[in-house]
Amino acid sequence: MTLDILYFAWLRERVGQPRETVTTDAATVRDLIAELTAASEGHAAAFSDMASLRCAVDQQLADLDSPITDAREVAFFPPMTGG
Amino acid sequence: MTARVQTAPFDLAAEIDGFGAGAGAIVTFTGVVRDDTGLMAALDIEHYPGMTERALQDYCRQAADRFGLTDWRIVHRHGRIPVGDTIMMVATAARHRHAAFQGADYLMDWLKSRAPFWKREIAQDGTATWVDAKSTDEDALNRW
Repeated sequence: MTLDILYFAWLRERVGQPRETVTTDAATVRDLIAELTAASEGHAAAFSDMASLRCAVDQQLADLDSPITDAREVAFFPPMTGG
Repeated sequence: MTARVQTAPFDLAAEIDGFGAGAGAIVTFTGVVRDDTGLMAALDIEHYPGMTERALQDYCRQAADRFGLTDWRIVHRHGRIPVGDTIMMVATAARHRHAAFQGADYLMDWLKSRAPFWKREIAQDGTATWVDAKSTDEDALNRW
C-alpha cells in the first residue's frame, strides 16, 4: 500500500523533508518505523529517541502498536507544545 | 462554537462580541509571548494543518459535554509571533462561572499537550531552539 508520511518540528529537520510517500506492507506504526529507520541516516536520527516520539494515524493521535493497514497518512512529531 | 488557526493577530474584543449570548458566565484566557531571559525576539509556531483544527474541535466538544458549556471559541496563531504579542485565546460560556472556569482550564491543559503545535524560540541573535514539553503540563492533563 502507499502511505503519506509527514514529519514535524525537529523530526522534520532530522529527516530533511516535511513529507514523503512510501510503499509498505507494515501492519503497525512500530513496523513502519523499523522500515523508515533503515531509509537514511537522517531517518535513523529522527527515530533515535523513541521516548520523545509521538504519532498520528489519519490525523488522530496514535501509539506504536496502532494498526496502519487501512491508513492513508501517518505523521511523526515530538511532544506537542501548544498554548 | 469555533476553533480557528491563523497567522494574523486577533482582536479579543471582536472575538467575544456576541459570544455566549444568554450565558450567565463567560471566561476568556489569552496567552502572550513572554521573554524570561531578555534575549528572546519571537516564537515560531509550527502546526499540523487539518489535524490541528480537528483536534481543537474534538477537545472543545468534549469540554462542552463535560462542563455544560453553551459556547466555546479557540483562536490559535502559528508562524512567527513577536514577544508581547498574543499567541492564542480560549473563551467559554456557561450558565455559572464554575463551569466556565473549569471548561477553559480543561481546554488549556488539553491544547498544551495534545494539540499538534510545536514552539520554537527565536533569540534576538537569530538562534532558534525547539521548546521542550514540560512534565508539569502532562501532570496537569492527568488531573482531569
